[in-house]
Amino acid sequence: MIFPFLKTLFLSLRRGPATRRYPRVVRTPFPGTRGHLVNDAGKCIFCGVCARRCPAGALVVTRTPAHWTLDPYRCIVCGYCVEVCPKKSLRMEPWHRRESGGARGQG
Amino acid sequence: MLHNVTEVSAESLRDTIAARFPQGYRFITLTCVDGGATWELLYHFDRNYELSHVRVRVPKGAVVPSISGIYACAALVENEVQDLFGVTFEGLTVNYERRFMLAVEAPLAPMVRTPVAQAAARAGEMRM
Amino acid sequence: MNNATTSTPRRTVIPFGPQHPVLPEPLHLRLVLEDEKVVEAQPAVGYIHRGIEKLAEVKDFQQNVFLLEHVCGICSFIHALAYCQGIEELMGVEVPARARYLRVVWSELNRLHSHLLWLGLLADAFGFESLFMQIWRARERVLDLEEQTAGARIMLSTCTIGGVRRDLSAEQVGQVLRGLDELEREFDMFVPVVIKDATVKERLCGVGVLTQRQAQELGAVGPVARASGIARDLRVTGYAAYGELGVNPVIETDGDCYARTLVRVRELYQSLLLLRKALRHMPDSPIAVAVKGKPEGEVVMRVEQPRGEVMYYLKANGTATLERVRVRTPTFANLPALLAILPGCELADVPVITLSIDPCVSCTER
Repeated sequence: MIFPFLKTLFLSLRRGPATRRYPRVVRTPFPGTRGHLVNDAGKCIFCGVCARRCPAGALVVTRTPAHWTLDPYRCIVCGYCVEVCPKKSLRMEPWHRRESGGARGQG
Repeated sequence: MLHNVTEVSAESLRDTIAARFPQGYRFITLTCVDGGATWELLYHFDRNYELSHVRVRVPKGAVVPSISGIYACAALVENEVQDLFGVTFEGLTVNYERRFMLAVEAPLAPMVRTPVAQAAARAGEMRM
Repeated sequence: MNNATTSTPRRTVIPFGPQHPVLPEPLHLRLVLEDEKVVEAQPAVGYIHRGIEKLAEVKDFQQNVFLLEHVCGICSFIHALAYCQGIEELMGVEVPARARYLRVVWSELNRLHSHLLWLGLLADAFGFESLFMQIWRARERVLDLEEQTAGARIMLSTCTIGGVRRDLSAEQVGQVLRGLDELEREFDMFVPVVIKDATVKERLCGVGVLTQRQAQELGAVGPVARASGIARDLRVTGYAAYGELGVNPVIETDGDCYARTLVRVRELYQSLLLLRKALRHMPDSPIAVAVKGKPEGEVVMRVEQPRGEVMYYLKANGTATLERVRVRTPTFANLPALLAILPGCELADVPVITLSIDPCVSCTER
């Protein structure tokens, strides 16, 4: 049974490794990937629909003072808020958030 | 929109289910619903992709006969219901003593909406 | 000497799991052994009970789609699909044709990814590391296809009540079809090793036999039941677009670990076939209909997951929150079968047998 794997071996030698040297080489996400949530504060009317509909309770919106906060640890990146936003001020960006930094402080 | 539901009493539950076993019914699972003063137990069966159900309503605090002697696979799900709802099954082939799904320090019967004591009080009011 | 053979052998109890090198899932089995033979197995779950059924009574019925998707980290889309179909039946919603086809596409991508994951773990369990890596490289392609089409690798979040949330452009359909061709080439490279290699067969053939009668009585589902000769595949009932596409259950009759492997391997090719058919014949229509009102009544919905039948029982009372959400996952149904085949086997075979039912413990405990 060595022969099927011999073929795989030669192919693998030609194609190179299937993995990347992260973090030096970072994979580009596909367009349309739900990476992280961004709010365009200029368009936001602080109505709070997103906070009420969020399945994870990750959003807190107050009208006065006008505040929109996202708890990235609670967010499940489903994009439901983007769908229900009446002013379309919310959008999903394809890049994932960096890992929370810890000692390196890249939070 | 449930079709093929047979309502039975707790006493005739075992007989009803024992009659199904040789007919080739497959036991899917058991669902417990908190019905206020009662437990509503729904036994789901399948035969040739057709669903049928057996429903039992028992007052809270009463003992439910276990069907694990008929369908061996029912023992796990009965233990689960015992854990999450605090329903007591009589004649369980394997009894985890309410520690099947929940850890030792977990609260007892977390899925219950109306605790047994309250349910008993309400049942008393209804009788009055 | 004579004494030793007549007296009963001493029994040893070995805890298997919840942390075990071959099982990424926290399944704990209490194994009673006589020498190297297992005589009794008792499961203990509860290491990752998250109370999702309870939480589903608090969240509203739209939010539950995303919540219930998190029941399983492998067949996430199919959980959401089962729940959405249940609510749709309660509310009398007619799902547009294109949405039904797209649901098949994502269901089958989930199935491909799940079976490849399992096949890789199996290779790892019997100590074939390089095969494990080849298989997982193919799995990575499936995850890429999922990200390309749905926007996420695992939690697709594309199913919604009344349809789906994303459409595929003609260009994306082409990309997926090309991806499937590449996948098939990869399958053709590692599948012969899995099904023909003598060392692999040595570990799988005749190990952990589940007879057809046992499978029926213990209520086994999915590949476990199909490997024992029971033609039980809920896709036959024709939910989503499976009715139009046509599904023939994959059946093996031996009931051992090898038969369960064969069923899953053949299902990989079946999924490819279904995917190609669904993508080529996808009709043009809207992808979702607006849903108004609140669900009311009781419903039981069943769909086929990679591991077998999943059952959702939903009870709604005309408000935004549901009264009861009950999930019976396939692994829960296959656990009794596992407990029936473990007694009598060698301790060294326990990991492979346990893995052969494809246990998903986070599903089981919810």
